[in-house]
Amino acid sequence: MTALAHDRETLLAQGAPALLRQMIRVRRFEEKCVELYSATKIRGFLHLCIGEEAVAVGVISSLGPGDAVVSTYREHGHALARGVPMNAVMAEMFGKATGCSRGRGGSMHLFDADLRFYGGNAIVGGGMPPSVGMALADRMNDRDDVTACIFGEGAMAEGEFHESANLAALWHLPVLFVCENNRYAMGTALAREHAETDLTVRAASYGMVAWAVDGMDVLAVREAAERAIALVRGGGGPCFLELRTYRFRAHSMYDPDRYRDKAEIERWRQSDPIPRLTGELLAQGVVSDDEVATWEGEIAQEIEAAIASAEAAPLEPVSDLTRFVTSERQTP
Amino acid sequence: MTPARAPSAPRREAAPAPETAVTTYREALREAHREALQRDPRVFLMGEDVGRYGGSFAVSLGLVEEFGEERIRDTPLSESAFTGAGIGAAIRGMRPIVEIMTVNFSLLALDQILNNAATLLHMSGGQLAVPLVIRMTTGGGRQLAAQHSHSLEGWYAHIPGLRVLAPATLEDARGMLWPALQDPDPVLIFEHGSLYGLKGSLPDPLPEVDIATAAVRRPGSDVTLVAYGGGLGKTLEAAELLAADGIEAEVIDLRVLRPLDDATLLGSLARTHRAVVVDEAWRSGSLAGEISARLAEKGFWDLDAPVERVCGAEVPLPYAAHLEQAALPQPETIAAAARRAVRGDGTGEDQGDGSGDG
Ligand SMILES: Cc1ncc(C[n+]2csc(CCOP(=O)(O)OP(=O)(O)O)c2C)c(N)n1
Repeated sequence: MTALAHDRETLLAQGAPALLRQMIRVRRFEEKCVELYSATKIRGFLHLCIGEEAVAVGVISSLGPGDAVVSTYREHGHALARGVPMNAVMAEMFGKATGCSRGRGGSMHLFDADLRFYGGNAIVGGGMPPSVGMALADRMNDRDDVTACIFGEGAMAEGEFHESANLAALWHLPVLFVCENNRYAMGTALAREHAETDLTVRAASYGMVAWAVDGMDVLAVREAAERAIALVRGGGGPCFLELRTYRFRAHSMYDPDRYRDKAEIERWRQSDPIPRLTGELLAQGVVSDDEVATWEGEIAQEIEAAIASAEAAPLEPVSDLTRFVTSERQTP
Repeated sequence: MTPARAPSAPRREAAPAPETAVTTYREALREAHREALQRDPRVFLMGEDVGRYGGSFAVSLGLVEEFGEERIRDTPLSESAFTGAGIGAAIRGMRPIVEIMTVNFSLLALDQILNNAATLLHMSGGQLAVPLVIRMTTGGGRQLAAQHSHSLEGWYAHIPGLRVLAPATLEDARGMLWPALQDPDPVLIFEHGSLYGLKGSLPDPLPEVDIATAAVRRPGSDVTLVAYGGGLGKTLEAAELLAADGIEAEVIDLRVLRPLDDATLLGSLARTHRAVVVDEAWRSGSLAGEISARLAEKGFWDLDAPVERVCGAEVPLPYAAHLEQAALPQPETIAAAARRAVRGDGTGEDQGDGSGDG
């Protein structure tokens, strides 16, 4: 990884098409998940990041292979951006043996230890303390890996945020705190859950660098993430990024979305990160309509293949129900 | 610090025998830490006041001078964060020992222990093992009042994915930590607050200690007394009272609260045909309840009398000594329960524990 941050111009010319393609891939995948949910192929809780793809793609594409991602229940985008195979994610949601958590986790609990993707913690704030510990282990072993800890702004009201931010800053640990501020914790708006609504002020009070970024602009996210990661990797201690974003869909498939004004949702849709970047790249001649159409075709195929493979995949045998409660290598 | 690597040093070369002869439970624990820190560079201790202060129960006294602040790590008052940090560090290849001052404060870390440490392996389809050791003090009897006197180890013993240990002897205090650190999964060690000053001698060489089985601490043929942790001493005293009456009690020390060693319990029951379970925790929904149920389910035809339980009264433990002692199992109450079992003069005696069994 280069320690130098890309500037917007270089990103536009070089990295942007890949970022756009990845955002489209995440969007189409989740749109398909909605259909599969209605078709009862996917069950349980399903939290979508539609509208927030620039955060997932911008931050995670900035990480190196040795870095860690600790995320939440709203993590399909994070998993796909990190490189967890779509087949494994889809099969997990189908509850199949080939799922990335062998059908034990579902949508909220996607894991891939080899990719250091510690995706799904469904206890709000619950992933923060282990993130600090991973970073501690890295520091104790003189490794320069970074742990990206992703959470929503609602999680900043939990004690775990306070405890973890303090501990990471006190011990000067390589944690990147990534706050996806989509302005609502379920139905509770930012100003109804936080006395201080400038989240960077709160983070900075622990003694760490904190920036707010337009989370609907993947290039801005990428640029900020690269800078922050370079700072953390270079021994600057933890860093906090607030990505200002919005979820276009309800909190989960169970949520009738009664608490938001339709006009507000419409307003945010105007800054949808995908058309925004597509327009910019077309205008600059960096990509063509044909290229985008080709991506769409490839992505549709990838999704269809993931569904077909999840459909065909075996279920875990019930006789294996209690596997993995304890490790199979037993105590001496 | 050196990079994490597997330990290679042999276990007990050159034991400095003479001065380890007479020791305390506290010193035995400290020696166990010293051994682990010396043998495995991945091991480190973290918790509130484990370093400069020397540990709230002085278990780690002197270790920070010997091993440094990186490996004897004082934490802020953040039970959830430092316990969770232990989980993250364990996943990332370290072998942390997290000390939580007492079980009462562990409630602030309960989410991390249950939802992460105990759950991640299964929820990730076998990918994320958490080789973490968490130690904490438990129990009452020291006039510390309710918020410092709970016995909640039974709650933890309820949780699949955890191994729960209760060293009641010097040998176990000295010997359980190392095998706990070898366990690929989270292990909780409960140290009863009344035990730290326990004096005695350790055999030389030290015996191998397992973390899987219960132990018969006193053989006997008339009744099985099941105890653990801080209850063991009182139960052995009860056995002496019973012996004076001509009743030979067999005393089982559970040692491991999860997974329970059914075989040792049932083997003893098959010899004595009577059982009394001693547990300082509240009776309703207790570990004593679980053990009684297992004896009834699997040992029903061996039972000559109903299983008796001697538990803590169902009250937040009060400060005043006479009230607190009245709320806890005592040698006399244990012996009385054993006499009821042996003489067959019925159970269901009102234990005054307010558990409303009517
Ligand atoms: C500790 C805890 N409390 C409550 C919940 C229920 N819950 C799930 S998501 C959520 C809102 C979280 O909001 P935020 O952190 O902003 O993340 P977002 O869902 O907006 O991505 C709540 C209250 C939970 N899962 N965990």
